[in-house]
Amino acid sequence: MTLQEFNHRYQNLQYRPGAVGWVFKNLLSSPFNILLTFGALYILYLIIPTSLNWLIFDSYWEGESSQDCNFDAACWVFIKARFNTIIYGFYPQEHLWRPNLVLLLLVIGLSFVLIDRFSNKLRLRAGMVMLFAFPFVAFAILHGSLFGVEIFDPIVRTEQWGGLVLTLVLSLGGIVLCFPLGILLALGRQCKTMPVVKYVCIWFIEFWRGVPLITVLFMAAVMLPLLLPEGTEFDKLSRALIGIVLFEAAYIAEVVRGGLQALPKGQYEAADSLNFSYWKQTNLIILPQALKLVIPGIVNTFIALLKDTSLVSIVGMWDLLNSAIGSTRDPNWIGYIIEAYVFAGALYWLLCFSASKYSQRLEKKLSTER
Amino acid sequence: MLKNTFKLVIGLFALSSMVVASAGTLEDVKRKGYVQCGVSTGLPGFSAPDDKGLMQGLDADLCRAVAAAVLGDASKVRFSKLTAKERFAALASGEVDLLNRNTTWTMHRDTGLGLNFAGVNYYDGQGFLVKKSLGVKSAKDLDGASVCIQAGTTTELNLSDYFRANGMKFKAITYDTSDQTRSGFEAGRCDILTSDRSQLAALRLGLKNPSSAVVLPEIISKEPLGPVVRQGDDQWFNIVKWTLNAQINAEEMGITSANVDKHANDANATPGVKRLLGKEGGFGAKIGLSDSWAYKIIKQVGNYGEVFKRTVGADSPLKLARGTNELWSRGGILYAPPVR
Repeated sequence: MTLQEFNHRYQNLQYRPGAVGWVFKNLLSSPFNILLTFGALYILYLIIPTSLNWLIFDSYWEGESSQDCNFDAACWVFIKARFNTIIYGFYPQEHLWRPNLVLLLLVIGLSFVLIDRFSNKLRLRAGMVMLFAFPFVAFAILHGSLFGVEIFDPIVRTEQWGGLVLTLVLSLGGIVLCFPLGILLALGRQCKTMPVVKYVCIWFIEFWRGVPLITVLFMAAVMLPLLLPEGTEFDKLSRALIGIVLFEAAYIAEVVRGGLQALPKGQYEAADSLNFSYWKQTNLIILPQALKLVIPGIVNTFIALLKDTSLVSIVGMWDLLNSAIGSTRDPNWIGYIIEAYVFAGALYWLLCFSASKYSQRLEKKLSTER
Repeated sequence: MLKNTFKLVIGLFALSSMVVASAGTLEDVKRKGYVQCGVSTGLPGFSAPDDKGLMQGLDADLCRAVAAAVLGDASKVRFSKLTAKERFAALASGEVDLLNRNTTWTMHRDTGLGLNFAGVNYYDGQGFLVKKSLGVKSAKDLDGASVCIQAGTTTELNLSDYFRANGMKFKAITYDTSDQTRSGFEAGRCDILTSDRSQLAALRLGLKNPSSAVVLPEIISKEPLGPVVRQGDDQWFNIVKWTLNAQINAEEMGITSANVDKHANDANATPGVKRLLGKEGGFGAKIGLSDSWAYKIIKQVGNYGEVFKRTVGADSPLKLARGTNELWSRGGILYAPPVR
């Protein structure tokens, strides 16, 4: 068999039916690709067995203290022992039913809003409840009081909130508040008849987009109390949340503006010719189309916001990531830092991945072929 | 330059708030019913939450001792977790009543920031951790070594000062966090690791094989760590200062949380014990507290030795030796003025 013959036969392999053909066509079609394929396989061979052994097969699950672990494999006992700290932060142990109840209500409420089996009317109502009532209910349950009226005993101050609960409070609170503000800013920036509104919006957006979130948080947490009059009670969580909202609203505004600009001029003219008022035009014709166009951008911003909340660690707040890392500062659990990162990373990934999956579904559902 | 401007700004704010804050921290604390205490966001042995979410450590327990002295209940303390950057601003703005955050007492901080250091609760110093296999016995043998170090801390400055003073060269390998520093050391990226000695013990504990590394005897810097209060409130300053002194004096007199009742009820106790426990002299009133202030500290939190043993010493995983932090009468430098 000459080299030419071999070559010819080899090339023919990719026309075989089934898996063999697929492999030869996609993975082994040229010497360079063969090299790449085997190189990649070798790297996977180096990584996968070691990580699986570390993560699962050799790992430690049984026990209560670090005595039951070794550093040679993952110590999930650590996560088990610090689970409450990582999920709830410093929330009093005997009152964990309160954050649990809030999480349960959140899941129930969100499923009403997000699952499309329910009628649109029901979903809209659930959405309104989640948007306007739920934040207050959640705060009342978590904190124990609302507008100064004590509902639950004891009051759990916001500095005791932490872990996953704090991350969710910051990110969901941030999303709920920054979205409407962002839309208003985008509309304001587009406004042609009121130059003052327009320039205020432009200035606002450019200012908040121009400063790093770390600076915003640092100013909110450290410098603001110095500027406020003595004895002013203004808790750190609200300060951080307001900073996050203002910051993210600027981003949302620019995303929405992209959608507004993408709409054909005819849509505005059609609305005008129907003699719609500005708000009617915006609510019924412009925004529904514009927002649909920018779903990927909005979800992108929300996911970024969720992950950005981990920056609050620089102002000493114990969000999910910081609680996980901070748990390894207990002298009894020194050195289990990789477990902490893996667990926190897995939770972040789960949250972000479900958000992006849902947005893909939403896009498909709302797509009107053009 | 920028850093100094920032510090100046904080200092100015501190000064201005000092003028405004005339109510007095003691009255504020009594009115609030708790001590707001600034601690670190997590430092093994000094302040870190345990499995139940309670702050434990040497610094956290000093907060509790102040709460016991002032309010009669060591649990009436709220912890603010502060990063190194925000700690002084939090104290200056009145967000915390007291700062127990592993803070080194330096002249600049004591004089330039509107703060007062109320004593030293741990004499720390920078040291070295080396691999046993290197066979190094002294830091003087470290010429040409590569050093793992956490960036942006005074540790870096101390290190280069020490090597320059001894005519040695080194290569610094900087990391962002203590965990990265440790894994860099473990992976052999450097020959030695440097940090404060109290933290070296914790770093060593996180090694896969802790016995493969040793802490060298040399201490290359002075890091007296202590509680900090705002300048201009002498009453509160005295309370914090004497809370710590009471704990040290109690250890010297052999009064522990277990036997404090016996000592308090002992009619034949020494005059020193009687004065400390409020049976004679009325010293509580002199700092604006009840006469049983020290009794409550010792009963609820313990004397200095007990706290040390429990948080960083023999009963803790860190197993730090008392060393410099031993009483003066036992070879250390811990020396509290007498109660009289």
